[in-house]
Amino acid sequence: MDTLLGYLAFPFVQRALVAGTLIALCASLLGVPLVLRRLSFIGDGLSHVAFGAMAVAGALSFAGNLPLSLAATILVAILLLRRGPGGDRVRGDAALAMLSAGAMALGYLLMAVFPSSSNLSGDVCSTLFGSASILTLTPGETRTCAALALAVVACHLFAYHRTFETAFDEEYARASGHRSALADTLSAAVIAVVIVVSMRLVGALLVSALLVFPAVTAMRLCKSYRAVTLAAALLGTLGALAGLLAAILAGTPVGPTIVAVNLLLFAACSLAARLRG
Amino acid sequence: MPSSPLLQCIGLVATRGARPLPPYPDFRIDPADFLCIIGPNGSGKTTLLKLLLGLLPPTSGRIDLSPALRAGGIGYLPQQPPLRRDFPASVREVVLSGAQSRRGWRPFHSRADRADAARAMDRLGIADLARRPYRELSGGQRQRVLLARALCVPHPLLLLDEPLTGLDPDAASAFRTLLDAVHRDGTAVAMVTHDLEAARRPGRHLLRLGPDAAYERADAASPHPHRILPHQLCCHGDGARPPCDCPACHPEEAAP
Repeated sequence: MDTLLGYLAFPFVQRALVAGTLIALCASLLGVPLVLRRLSFIGDGLSHVAFGAMAVAGALSFAGNLPLSLAATILVAILLLRRGPGGDRVRGDAALAMLSAGAMALGYLLMAVFPSSSNLSGDVCSTLFGSASILTLTPGETRTCAALALAVVACHLFAYHRTFETAFDEEYARASGHRSALADTLSAAVIAVVIVVSMRLVGALLVSALLVFPAVTAMRLCKSYRAVTLAAALLGTLGALAGLLAAILAGTPVGPTIVAVNLLLFAACSLAARLRG
Repeated sequence: MPSSPLLQCIGLVATRGARPLPPYPDFRIDPADFLCIIGPNGSGKTTLLKLLLGLLPPTSGRIDLSPALRAGGIGYLPQQPPLRRDFPASVREVVLSGAQSRRGWRPFHSRADRADAARAMDRLGIADLARRPYRELSGGQRQRVLLARALCVPHPLLLLDEPLTGLDPDAASAFRTLLDAVHRDGTAVAMVTHDLEAARRPGRHLLRLGPDAAYERADAASPHPHRILPHQLCCHGDGARPPCDCPACHPEEAAP
């Protein structure tokens, strides 16, 4: 306990906890409609794109690589989620697989050819698995992360019913006049923001866990949309907080620890749901 | 004088996939009409509803909506949407989602929306299910919930896509009674159906799609639009019905 309090006195630990819980909160809120619309894999694909974009930004030695990867990911998200003329939402899954693998490969290639620091494999590992990047946030980055996360939570609250209606019955929602291209574009942009920000917490390869685990766990426990949304938010925040503290105390990599905690919560809740009948 | 139609379709042609469908007969829906849309599978019945709802653009032709219909919107009961088995939604949440057309860009439902949803649930006898998960309901109960969603906000016109398919006989007859009550309250109804028994009831207008598409209105003089119904349904189906005497069915009687 004393060690924990000792760690909590460090400003970088406080920053990590604030940013981490906020990021997990918005990721878990957004995960519910993504899971229900069967778009879970989109999160995975987009995080790979964001990784590629970060590598490009690094190679061009941009001061901060957040804006570029954000812009690239938003663009790809809008293209991926754009409704085709026939109403199909996602270009086939093969296209998505090619896109994510391609972006990863190009990203690593660029990092290898134009190394921005001497420790290439450490950089890559941190970007992919978020081993420690949340603990190295500067105050400015913390503010950006927190602002983005709060903006996402606000957007989600604003669009709460619309999101439910689209997930429940997309055609009915369109027949009721919800067909504005603006709303679709906005939601794609929000998804991209969440993914880019989440990469700082758990790394590109594990982002989808942050999106999917709380939603799926909440669906084991609750039966109405509102209850699932609240439970997912709670589980996501709890998982991130516990994972972060455990990682700091045990010195384990942050991203995998958070995902492991989420996995544990999922197993416990599934068991509880089964026992309850 | 006939009242001005809610909706009028002229020269309507749709394309489904790469295949153009045969043109739809011209037809109209007046306030408080009951139109049955019949025809074999693949004749474009569901496509027609999607055209009317604006979900699909017509290839050619036009759909004129009256100002009243534009303002009031169209209620819609789709074929049961494919739903994830584990989709979390309470009955109340589903019914309330019928208020979305009125909600527009407002983020939350108004008190009036919630009151309307409660009224729709009362009317369809599902008030006691309000907190139940939608996914645990029977087919008949789900159909009522979706009808409550379509009726949550009053619309001048209600479109239904094969509402009786998959219901057991009791649920189907209960659903017919509900639908009649909705129609009596002044809502125009257009229903895609395979239920020819419903289509031959007096006062119902008919739109038949398929190889010999046709549109026929019932009126006081001939309440059964029987010319375009299969003949055995018009007269001799089970012997229980009085035979009709229309010249189209019985040319031998019409000839002096």
